[in-house]
Amino acid sequence: MSEKQELNLSIGPAPEKIQKALQDYEYAHGEPMKVQMGPQHPATHGVLRVELETDGEMILTGTPHIGYLHRCFEKVCENMTWVQVVPYTDRLDYVSSMNNNLAYVLGCEKLFEIEVSERVQTIRVLVSELNRLTNHMLAIGAYGLDIGAWTPFLFLIQEREHVLDLFEELCGGRLLYNYIWIGGLSHDIPDGWLGKVRDYLSYMKGKIEELNTLLSFNKIFIERLANVAVIPADVCIQYGLTGPNLRGAGVKWDLRKDEPYSGYETYDFEIPVGTGEFGTVGDCFDRYIVRVREMEQSLRIIEQATERLEKMPGDDVKANIPKRLTKVNKGEVYFRTEHPKGELGFYIVSNGKGKPYRLKCRAPSFCSLSVMSKIAPGLLIADMVALIGSIDIVLGEVDR
Amino acid sequence: MNEWIALLLSVVYVIGIMGFVSVIALIAVWLERKVSAHIQDRLGPMETGGWHGWSQTIADAIKLLLKEDIIPDAADKPLFKMAPYIVFAGTMASFAVLPLSANLIGTDLNIGIYYLVAVSSLIVVGLLMAGWASNNKWALYGAMRAAAQMVSYEIPVMLSLLVPIMIAQSMSMQTLVSIQAGGFWNWTVFSHLPFAFIAFVIYYWASLAEVNRTPFDLPEGESEIVAGYSVEYSGMRFAMFFLAEFANMFVVSAVAVTVFLGGWHAPFTFLEVPVETNPILHAVIGLGWFASKSMLLVISQMWLRWTLPRLRVDQLMHVCWKVFLPFSFANILLVSLWIALK
Repeated sequence: MSEKQELNLSIGPAPEKIQKALQDYEYAHGEPMKVQMGPQHPATHGVLRVELETDGEMILTGTPHIGYLHRCFEKVCENMTWVQVVPYTDRLDYVSSMNNNLAYVLGCEKLFEIEVSERVQTIRVLVSELNRLTNHMLAIGAYGLDIGAWTPFLFLIQEREHVLDLFEELCGGRLLYNYIWIGGLSHDIPDGWLGKVRDYLSYMKGKIEELNTLLSFNKIFIERLANVAVIPADVCIQYGLTGPNLRGAGVKWDLRKDEPYSGYETYDFEIPVGTGEFGTVGDCFDRYIVRVREMEQSLRIIEQATERLEKMPGDDVKANIPKRLTKVNKGEVYFRTEHPKGELGFYIVSNGKGKPYRLKCRAPSFCSLSVMSKIAPGLLIADMVALIGSIDIVLGEVDR
Repeated sequence: MNEWIALLLSVVYVIGIMGFVSVIALIAVWLERKVSAHIQDRLGPMETGGWHGWSQTIADAIKLLLKEDIIPDAADKPLFKMAPYIVFAGTMASFAVLPLSANLIGTDLNIGIYYLVAVSSLIVVGLLMAGWASNNKWALYGAMRAAAQMVSYEIPVMLSLLVPIMIAQSMSMQTLVSIQAGGFWNWTVFSHLPFAFIAFVIYYWASLAEVNRTPFDLPEGESEIVAGYSVEYSGMRFAMFFLAEFANMFVVSAVAVTVFLGGWHAPFTFLEVPVETNPILHAVIGLGWFASKSMLLVISQMWLRWTLPRLRVDQLMHVCWKVFLPFSFANILLVSLWIALK
């Protein structure tokens, strides 16, 4: 993207062209119908409210209103110690908490210049990829639900459950883990746990095929998604869409490859991108299928990490955890990681004391949501549901 | 005196049909739970309600009866109250001409099937009333979708039903059944291959849209327009919609069985009791065949519901006007040629 390109980040009033169309419309037909989609709508994935102006089933404008789940995350963090922030990051995107932990902890470790052992890094990669798997399972399952297919949701929830069982054995939490700590991990992996991961890998092998036959390549499903709510690559970049949404538009950008952290550069995996298989590049189907293929790649990474851990001699995962963090390095740092939903970054400012002076969270869901008001005009209500599902937002992270 | 006996008999028949419909709907709700559960790797109700939760549905029905009846302040009250009954009446009225068994039929009208299609259209009026009277935008969307969908799909339904009518040269339900006697190869769907079969397939899909089942469940698509026309309904009024929906599933399946799949005839003649030996047993076994064939079709509707995603409005209309309609017309033309040349 050239720097000269305009950045249009407003989610406020609709662009001029659409406002003109609205005026014309009012002149011809009277007022368009205003419909409130949410905050208690089954397809808005939480407490999102979208204000729709519609002509019959067609949407003229769609304006998202957020803030129903606002918890002052950034301000609260300023009043907590460095360590206390870790469990609070769990609550950001509550379906992929490991990855939230990882992003914040890596930022802190960069700021405080803490090194961790290779084994700890490998465990971190293993758990965050397992967590990516659960995140995509929920995203895909809920997406099927939005399109009207009930059964894939329950199948995927069942397979997600096995991973949650693994996490429960690992750290006691099923959803909010507080597992990755500054300088190490909260617990070492229990005996026999890697064997269970291996069992799970062989169990999952055929499951993605099953999902593809049941949902992905279902004729009705493809018809509903192909050519719907196309977000082209340049719009993605203008609005700051990252992760599967950006890759769905055909841009090969993955921080695990482009800015590797935690030793991701040593793993052998590919970055799936959208190719417009059944329609235009960047349509709902591309964003969907990128997630399915990412699940396959996650399984590959998990397999490699498990192999490495089995060969590696054990060590103390708490060895490098600092005893106290009251006097730390001054300075500021921005660290970003490839979260299942996109680029999750933490901008941390430290004044050398025991608490963050300022902490800014760059939430991928928030940026993904911002594109809605641009894409919504011209969609049908059913397509709107497909759009919200395909950008995979979690309101815990949008509102923070 | 005889008139009084006839009146008494029809009252008894109506009450009997009410009971039959309620039982069928309860069984269908239980089946839906079980079919969906087994498709989704679950067991469904097992703990409560006895053997495989058979009485769970009865408890649900009682619960719905006892619930508070909420009518929104802004609703158009008379219409709001009337709508569920109209939907229910439309469904019940069609049972008057369904040939449940050899002699078990409300009245064998000479325009039986025409009457059936006509009274089923009453349901659309009820749904529109429900959606409009609720004074809720999502309900209005549901009602508009329901009206557009059901009115459109009545045309392929009627056109595909014309094929067996032409074959039987009659609109009377019992005549339509009686020409299919003597083994499954005499059933209309198999006796006039491939045209009657095509008509059956078109009828089956169009009837799915008629009763708002997946993949055509747009009027109540919960993820898009919340619950469609029934969003403001609760308690017994909602239960009426629910009951009507399940009874209606049975009605469209029963029509398919009557005109295409041999009605109350068994697939092989040796599975029937001849009328001469025992007329009552003959009728009872006929009812058994009729009900089980219809329930099989109902199960197949459930199977589809828990497997397929939902279509979009424009795709729904595309399927109706650009696929089903031309095929139905071509089908009618070819069948009439066949009959004329025979």
